[in-house]
Amino acid sequence: MKLWAYNILQAALLIGLSPLAAAVLRKLKALLQNRRGPGPLQTYRDLVKLFNKEPVLPDRASWIFRLAPYVVFAVTALSAAIVPVILVHTPLSAVADVITLVGLLAMARFFTALAAMDLGTAFGGMGASREMTFAALAEPAMLMSVFILSLAAQSTNLSTVTDTMLNADLGLRPSLAFALTAMALVAIAETGRIPVDNPATHLELTMVHEAMVLEYSGRYLALIEWANQIKLMLFATLLINLFVPWGIAMEATAVNMAFAASAWLLKLLALFVALTLMETWMAKMRIFRVPEYLGLAFLLAILGMLTHFILEVVI
Amino acid sequence: MISAELLKQLLSLAAALFLLTAFALLAQRHMHALLRWFAVQGVLLAATTALVAYAANVHELYISAFLALVLKGLLVPWLLWRIVIRLGAHREVESLVNIFATMLIGAALVLFAYYVSLPIQELSFVVTRNIIAIALACVLIGMLIMITRRKAITQVVGFLALENALFFTATAATYGMPLVVEIGVAFDVLIAALIFGVFFFQIRSTFDSLDLKHLEVER
Repeated sequence: MKLWAYNILQAALLIGLSPLAAAVLRKLKALLQNRRGPGPLQTYRDLVKLFNKEPVLPDRASWIFRLAPYVVFAVTALSAAIVPVILVHTPLSAVADVITLVGLLAMARFFTALAAMDLGTAFGGMGASREMTFAALAEPAMLMSVFILSLAAQSTNLSTVTDTMLNADLGLRPSLAFALTAMALVAIAETGRIPVDNPATHLELTMVHEAMVLEYSGRYLALIEWANQIKLMLFATLLINLFVPWGIAMEATAVNMAFAASAWLLKLLALFVALTLMETWMAKMRIFRVPEYLGLAFLLAILGMLTHFILEVVI
Repeated sequence: MISAELLKQLLSLAAALFLLTAFALLAQRHMHALLRWFAVQGVLLAATTALVAYAANVHELYISAFLALVLKGLLVPWLLWRIVIRLGAHREVESLVNIFATMLIGAALVLFAYYVSLPIQELSFVVTRNIIAIALACVLIGMLIMITRRKAITQVVGFLALENALFFTATAATYGMPLVVEIGVAFDVLIAALIFGVFFFQIRSTFDSLDLKHLEVER
């Protein structure tokens, strides 16, 4: 029972802090571009503002259009509860493994695309078609890169994988480096960061995600934006806890958990600094290069698997 | 003193990186990036050879490693670099098959090489026996680069990558060839690179392009 409480607590922490994370990311980027940038609470203010506004619905919007934001938010929040954040073994992550996680994210994407096509506008259809094209390449890459970890841990359960990475003496494994690179590439694509999609602009001909949610306003937009911020945080946490889990709490004691929380926040900050540096340093790639980029991620994951069997399995 | 287990893991890591450079060569679009990766592969080859020399305690291999570093890591890439600049051929590399498909073929080749080299691994007793599959895969990928590229320079880079991989295979399978053979091959490669350079200029002055399809008989 206590564990359930901790599980909900850590999910709430992730969900509650995700607007802050987005704001920090924006602030870091502004600093690198010699701007002052909005303060760390701006994203919360934006969300509150959007929640209080009256949503404007297009004439042709059906119930799908109204339902989709709720589904997207609920599903993303649920997947945030699956991932181990500061405690390794939680009841929800015991019942749902990484395939469920990918499935949940796919469901969120499906509903976003459905809502985008519901109105029959050109932008929505274009965004949806692009998103699904990329998803068809990103999802296998994501699954393959997690399967490399699963091969090492002999389980697809996220807690078990984290536990293995933390405690088992795995040594220097090249396949894990491949998995990390592939997953980082997929995470950048999935969260729509710069080489793939630009989160800072609207109304660009190359936009993918923004094109799909163009018609939303008010609380619907707030839910979708928040879900996106959670998704960013989710992928960051996933990368951190699967590949550098040191500091995460094995037992649910107050000291351990406080230490785990601070370690998690520090690692998140480091990851975000790296992400900002990369976003400032790189230009957005042409949209027709994105399938190639995701193909690279898929290929790296395959290579990781092959190297696992060739180099690491003792015959 | 490094423990035997760590050495083995380092060797695996080096082999994985070598495979990665082979794929990087396969995926590159730009001439300069291609040559840079080729140089990286040469340096990596030297590092791996030195590592094997240390792990297996074979002193001759240090000389091979040094030769690989100087010739394959520095001299040959530099020569090619100069040729590319003088030819002004630093535009995009044109491949016959699209790049993603080529990379998938490459992955299939790795699988094939693994399958083929399983019996060899069972017979072998050297420290590096699990690298053989990777080395073989790199040889095949070198061939793939040669097959799928159109321009003379990229084909030569493919050929030299193939040679790198053969060197790697020899190191992995039997701790290198006899030193005399190795020195001979190394200088062969150097001379080949020089002669290729002359060929490039000849091909270009005859056909006004480095595209090898002009060498075929027109129907």
